Amino acid sequence: MIEVLVPGPYATVQDLGRRGLAHLGVPGSGAADAESLRLANRLVGNPEGAAGIEVTFGGARLAFRSGAWVAVTGAPCPLAAVPRAGTGVPFWVPAGGELRLGTPAWGLRSYLAVRGGVAVEPVLGSRSTDSLSGLGPEPLRAGTLLPVGDTGELPPIHVDQAPPPGRRAGVLRVLPGPRDDWFAPGALEVLCGRPYMVSQDSNRVGVRLHGPELVRAREGELPSEGMVTGAVQVPPSGQPIVFLADHPPTGGYPVIAVVLTADLPVAAQLRPGDPVRFTTRPHP
Amino acid sequence: MIRRVGEHGLLVETGALEISHRLDALLRDRAPEGVVEVVPGPETVLVVAPGANQDRLRTALGSLLAGARDAAAEPGGGPEGAAVVTVPVVYDGADLDAVAELAGLTAEEVVARHTGRELVVGWLGFAPGFAYLIGLDPDLHVPRLDTPRTSVPAGSVAVAGPYSAVYPSASPGGWRLLGHTSLRVWDTGAVPPSLFRPGTRVRFERA
Repeated sequence: MIEVLVPGPYATVQDLGRRGLAHLGVPGSGAADAESLRLANRLVGNPEGAAGIEVTFGGARLAFRSGAWVAVTGAPCPLAAVPRAGTGVPFWVPAGGELRLGTPAWGLRSYLAVRGGVAVEPVLGSRSTDSLSGLGPEPLRAGTLLPVGDTGELPPIHVDQAPPPGRRAGVLRVLPGPRDDWFAPGALEVLCGRPYMVSQDSNRVGVRLHGPELVRAREGELPSEGMVTGAVQVPPSGQPIVFLADHPPTGGYPVIAVVLTADLPVAAQLRPGDPVRFTTRPHP
Repeated sequence: MIRRVGEHGLLVETGALEISHRLDALLRDRAPEGVVEVVPGPETVLVVAPGANQDRLRTALGSLLAGARDAAAEPGGGPEGAAVVTVPVVYDGADLDAVAELAGLTAEEVVARHTGRELVVGWLGFAPGFAYLIGLDPDLHVPRLDTPRTSVPAGSVAVAGPYSAVYPSASPGGWRLLGHTSLRVWDTGAVPPSLFRPGTRVRFERA
């Protein structure tokens, strides 16, 4: 059992989300930076889709009532009070131990995996907190108790270190469409021209951006249509929003482009105030 | 037209809700390999398939779309195969009189018009299980509240614009409340969790 002493600014339980229910109005949810959650799980010998803790901007304190193998990935935050604790390595937290996550050097979201997984009750096949619809467990608060799953059937831990992730440049590669024809000629060049700045209003639903305005060529409303994670949706303000894990399954604003899956973790690690650039080019 | 949506998505333009529903049904009946989400909208169907060969999927979707169009064009090609859900309603909503006034009707006439037609689930969104029901009597097309309520109880039956809906769970909401139902339209413990899915036919009746 893990007791949350302090959750930091915002922390939730996340796995890889709910699939196949978007037509019933259920967001996909799951870890915003799924790559980091998968890595943390591999480091403690869990299946990649086990539930872990997504900590936003560090600041969390967790008390372990029983001993557990733990790994922390994603935004690299200083770890205190547990010997040998570090990011990207499995380490043992003894019974009665307290793990403190400080403020990350860069990035926004850190992932803690515990061997056995966080075993809160699943809802519609997932243990993820969906911040948009409220499905899944409540966001963590002081006093939340998180059960840890059985470790009996898991393979032994055989990796002792993952390469440090390193900060990735704030560049998001996009594929144009599906509604780039709703915008004035040259709008994609505007999107991929000067950098945008990440707004304070960003959350697990989307990264809201401030920057060059994307001007529409068409008036009127787009009938509601299905939306994917990574969609760059443009409301009437002309300021784009990059959809993250908790985005609504359908939306009515045109999508000018979609971020490549490989760059979703980059989007998930953007902090308010960070600059970000879009490009339609493949990797340099 | 089939539009590309990132690396793993294709957006099929159906142009009509009925064709969206038919294509949705065809895709669920025999889902092409790798498809993880099918999301019908009023004029589109989004198909997300991370594991699929996009060119092959595009070809398959093209022929399924043609099939959906042909079926819709057939005489008597209505949605007779779709499920029908009857929703018993106690018409005691906080906005019943206001809707009557906006519509220039009595409250009794509002109830008669709300129960007098079969509606169909267009699509779901806003919240899990929140179904936009299409086919509402035009007299009941009233604007949303200027200020949404901070909390609308689960089971509230409401109208706004051309739509009616049953609030699947307690949430904020700006639709006008006609009454409430004890029918659980959304249950996370049930399979499937929603009584409504795109294409479901719905009839309201006085409880």
